[in-house]
Amino acid sequence: MGRRFPSYTHPTNMTLNHNIGVLALQGDFDKHIQSIRACGAATVLLRDPEALDAIDGLIIPGGESTTVGKLMDRFGLTAAIRRRAAGGLPIYGTCTGAIVLAKEIIGSDQPSIGAMDVAIERNAYGRQIDSFEVDVSIPAIGDEPFRAVFIRAPIIRTLGSSVETLSVCDGNVILARQGNLLVSTFHPELTDDLRVHRYFLDAICGNATVCVGR
Amino acid sequence: MSTNNGEIDKSTWRNKVGLAEMLKGGVIMDVTSAEQALIAAEAGAVAVMALERVPADIRKEGGVARMADPLKIREIMEALKESKYEIPVMAKCRIGHFAEAQVLEAMGVDFVDESEVLTPADEHFHVNKHAFRVPFVCGCRDLGEALRRIGEGAAMIRTKGEAGSGNIVEAVRHMRAVMDGMRRLQSLPREELMAEAKNLGAPYDLVVEIAATGKLPVPNFSAGGIATPADASLMMQLGAEAIFVGSGIFKSEDPGPRAKAIVDATTYYDRPETVAKLSEGLGSAMPGLDIRQMDEKEMLSVRGW
Repeated sequence: MGRRFPSYTHPTNMTLNHNIGVLALQGDFDKHIQSIRACGAATVLLRDPEALDAIDGLIIPGGESTTVGKLMDRFGLTAAIRRRAAGGLPIYGTCTGAIVLAKEIIGSDQPSIGAMDVAIERNAYGRQIDSFEVDVSIPAIGDEPFRAVFIRAPIIRTLGSSVETLSVCDGNVILARQGNLLVSTFHPELTDDLRVHRYFLDAICGNATVCVGR
Repeated sequence: MSTNNGEIDKSTWRNKVGLAEMLKGGVIMDVTSAEQALIAAEAGAVAVMALERVPADIRKEGGVARMADPLKIREIMEALKESKYEIPVMAKCRIGHFAEAQVLEAMGVDFVDESEVLTPADEHFHVNKHAFRVPFVCGCRDLGEALRRIGEGAAMIRTKGEAGSGNIVEAVRHMRAVMDGMRRLQSLPREELMAEAKNLGAPYDLVVEIAATGKLPVPNFSAGGIATPADASLMMQLGAEAIFVGSGIFKSEDPGPRAKAIVDATTYYDRPETVAKLSEGLGSAMPGLDIRQMDEKEMLSVRGW
């Protein structure tokens, strides 16, 4: 078991060292790759369990959660990601990513990693014509409002005590963190605003102590 | 925590294109019943297209093909909602038939396909898709047609192929035409772009954008003739970002396993060993048609402009 300690404390330097895997089974992984690269970090398309060993952060993008869950199961990724999540690998899930990271998916027994102590309801705002965008406040990334894009979005219904709320919209938690895990029910990758991705790289990947393997 | 949020904007352009982005790398399957919708979802479809008849049957039976019975669409929507799958439901309207599109939007369909598979309602004008809250997908045979539809408000483009033929040749022709068109624009000097926009019959701003980016501003999917995992792999390697399968699944011998194999092959399209394994023992594919034996008036892809 190897350990990797962060060697910098200056946020702008840290992103340069990161190699971020983006789960590329189905969904808008291209958009996340563009965002992460624009932050100055390297990316790798992740479709194999073996490739998990070479990354120091993982993004699970938006997509269709049942499709992504099935593909993760069929190709041996669910258990492998669960192991790495428990070992401290920084993981950021957007929308479908938040769903497959959740401990409980309300009304479904679909495959999931189950690492984040939340219960989440899929497609909880209605059909596509109810999809929306709105300016939200995220104190952890600064005072400027963030344009949050919601597409057939889920709602986090309950949070465990170890989960920290980072942003709320209309009474619903839309951005939350549990140690090395970050989830949002909106899609920062669909805007040019990189602050949420930077937060993931600097505050979570930058301070992570990752146990590799097992 | 403070919740001083701004005003909510619904059904923005970003919401529309965003849903298309979420479907990338996936397979959208034609279904004609709730039972088929559940088989598609179980196989891992990212969305279903709710229809009364698949294109192969529309072709065989002839007559005017219209928007599906709303009851049929509603049954499919409700079956998926009640199941553990909540994938998006798409439905087709006739080219130019904005009243059918209004009905589909009112029903809460997630995506409308203004489709050449149905009998066109207007021989000159397509639907003004910007006027709708629901996103639209439209077919194209080349770059000019793609850009005209995007100019009208399509949030997703699919190359037409030849629906219900089980023959990939037209899908390949159309995808190559779109990709070649974009490569050509990238090689042109700026002063030639207006003349090229005129030649293509395409909005100038979109021509300038593609000359700079080399990519369509909306996702570019492939449809029309895909019947096997290798077909899906071929279209993804040619530049498709996701796959529509129409008659190819439920007109085959064993739909469930074939649907699953096409889903997996769309994700691992660039790994021949995986595609080989997925292609084993799927039973017979749908019977196909030789495009060269067809009259132009039998072809669906020439509908629309």
